[in-house]
Amino acid sequence: MVPVSYYIVLSAVLFGLGVVAFIFKRNIITMFMAIELMLNAVNLAFVAFSRMLGQLQGQVYVFFVIVVAAAEAAVGLAIIILIARNRESLNVERVDLLKL
Amino acid sequence: MFILEHLWIIPVLPLLGAAVNGLFGKSWSQRAINTVALGTTGLSFAATLELVREFRHLSADQVPWLQSYFTWITAGNFRAGFDLQVDQLTIVMLLVVTGVGWLIHIYSTGYMAHEGGYCRFFACLNLFMFFMLILVLAANYGLLFVGWEGVGLCSYLLIGFYFLKQSAVVAGKKAFIVNRIGDFGFLLGLFLIFWNFGTLDFKPVFEKAAGMPADGFGQIGLLTGIALLLLAGACGKSAQVPLYVWLPDAMEGPTPVSALIHAATMVAAGVYVVARSHIIFVHAPTAMMAVAVMGAVTALFAATIALAQTDIKRVLAYSTISQLGYMFLACGVGAFAAGIFHLMTHAFFKALLFLAAGSVIHALGGIQEMPQMGGLRKKIPWTFWTMLMGALAIAGAPLFSGFFSKDLILYQSFVSPYGSRILWAVGIAAALLTSFYMFRLIFLTFFGQPRYDVHAVHVHESPRNMLAPLVVLAALAVGGGWVAAPVLRGGTDHFKEYLAPVFASSKAILAQAALAHPVENEATLEHSLMYVAIAVALAGFLVAWQLYLRRPEMPARLAETLHRAYTLLRNKYYVDEIYDYAFVRPLNWISTRVLWQTVDERGIDGSVNGLAHVARRVGEEVRLVQSGNTRSYAAWVVLGAVAFTSLLLWMTVR
Repeated sequence: MVPVSYYIVLSAVLFGLGVVAFIFKRNIITMFMAIELMLNAVNLAFVAFSRMLGQLQGQVYVFFVIVVAAAEAAVGLAIIILIARNRESLNVERVDLLKL
Repeated sequence: MFILEHLWIIPVLPLLGAAVNGLFGKSWSQRAINTVALGTTGLSFAATLELVREFRHLSADQVPWLQSYFTWITAGNFRAGFDLQVDQLTIVMLLVVTGVGWLIHIYSTGYMAHEGGYCRFFACLNLFMFFMLILVLAANYGLLFVGWEGVGLCSYLLIGFYFLKQSAVVAGKKAFIVNRIGDFGFLLGLFLIFWNFGTLDFKPVFEKAAGMPADGFGQIGLLTGIALLLLAGACGKSAQVPLYVWLPDAMEGPTPVSALIHAATMVAAGVYVVARSHIIFVHAPTAMMAVAVMGAVTALFAATIALAQTDIKRVLAYSTISQLGYMFLACGVGAFAAGIFHLMTHAFFKALLFLAAGSVIHALGGIQEMPQMGGLRKKIPWTFWTMLMGALAIAGAPLFSGFFSKDLILYQSFVSPYGSRILWAVGIAAALLTSFYMFRLIFLTFFGQPRYDVHAVHVHESPRNMLAPLVVLAALAVGGGWVAAPVLRGGTDHFKEYLAPVFASSKAILAQAALAHPVENEATLEHSLMYVAIAVALAGFLVAWQLYLRRPEMPARLAETLHRAYTLLRNKYYVDEIYDYAFVRPLNWISTRVLWQTVDERGIDGSVNGLAHVARRVGEEVRLVQSGNTRSYAAWVVLGAVAFTSLLLWMTVR
């Protein structure tokens, strides 16, 4: 049986990758994917701990996170499309004014 | 009993007049304004006369007659009500204020006819009447203080009536500020009264004060403290040394104002308060002494200054101060009735003198300097004769009103247990000077050769509405003192008799004090003192006659020989200058340098500005964090998360 610590380490590595990608990537879509990555890393940790402790709350949280992530993806992608239309670019460096 | 039930009518009528004229009078004709102003004050006078009639039917135990209308302030135990009261003293004051005030209103319709601000003038004059009536009708110190401050306000408004003239504005402010100094003491006195008696109503205060043991001489007890503080207020309002300086400058206002406020009524408020609080004063021999000495000093001091003044109104102003000194002298020696008597006669003849002086100024088209007058006797006979009556009255010519009141005061200052020969001598000296400077004024103004430009100045007698009040006042100045006439034949003084119930409570203490100072041969003494008074009045007249009529070149020579004394008097003992150096400049310096430039600008403004500066500098630095770059925000978030997690870890590990 795979020990829990493996999952936790995998989760931490995924989360770290997400953070690094979020900070160092300039493409908005890539950053968006980095966020998804971080969310799923957390989901993995939730499930792992839930399994370890033999409780269901962690898994319920995962569903919540998936739902919220789906909603967020819808809103986020809409915003990204608008930015892309207005700026004709997906470079986040060029989105530093509050007004479009 | 209508007016007795509705005492409020008397003060409210002038207030109504002031409100109507002040709010709507601007576009009205002079006739309409006259109707309102004269109508309301005239009705007030009529109401007072009716009050006098009704008052006679009251039995002795109904006096003082008290009417409570509404409660004005309540705070804890403190209650100040709009309570009015009437006793004999109030009656006398009411008659003087409304009667003389009304005459002056009539006079003003002539005097002010060609001046701007007609409705403003009458609104202020009516408002003044209102406050003065509140002052004399008040049944507690709180309401009295309202009137007290109110007349001060109106005084300020009317002195500064010609508000485009710098000197008038300054004089108005001076009057107000000097009065405030006195009011400060007065207010402290009121606090002390409330603190100890738990009320400001006259009746309980006086009853409790009467039950207290009198302070010894030189002992500063409670009652002495109250009396001295009240005296400070009275001293400011009634222009006594050392707070008299505002009154001569108050002559910047129109002449009727000088007559009404600075001669007949407002300045009498101080005397009224002392007389009203007589029971407190007689329990405080030290305060009595202070009142008497202050009065005597003022009487003489002001009279000497009047000797060398050339402005006709200024002479009268100093004479007012001097006469007020007599009233204080009377109160200080326990002769309150005599003080009020002099207040009344003085109101008659000083209003007359001021109005006549106004008539002279009017006739000459604005000249106020006596050296530019002369020879007016034939040209303005009505003014001359009425003014002569006033001069005779104030100089103390036998059988004129001033003679009786002044004689009474001098006699009392001699025989009273609180009096002394020194006080009497000072009073007599002042009487001599009074007679001299009044006839100097008369001779310089009405006799000799005209010294004004005969071709340029068209001298004309004043219109009838100015002369009529003069004639009435002249009659009062002559006959106003006859109520005390029986004294000459050893009879009773009806005026004193009338006021006796008011001053009854302090009679016992005065009588007790009198036991220690028995007076021998009272009648002979009284007569001989009277002859001395007549003699000095005559002497003053003769000297003035000699100097200003027979040998008109003498005064200039005399001024030359007594150069130093003359300059000193001419410059009013440099009191204004001394005050300027001693108080005004240091205060200005402290206000400008310390309070304004250091405390306010550096301290208060500095701290507020400093805080704002710090906030701005910090903001300028921190602003850079908000770059607008999403990735930098993300980096901050990560940094924060790392920091927070490390903290948590560190804490759990520990």
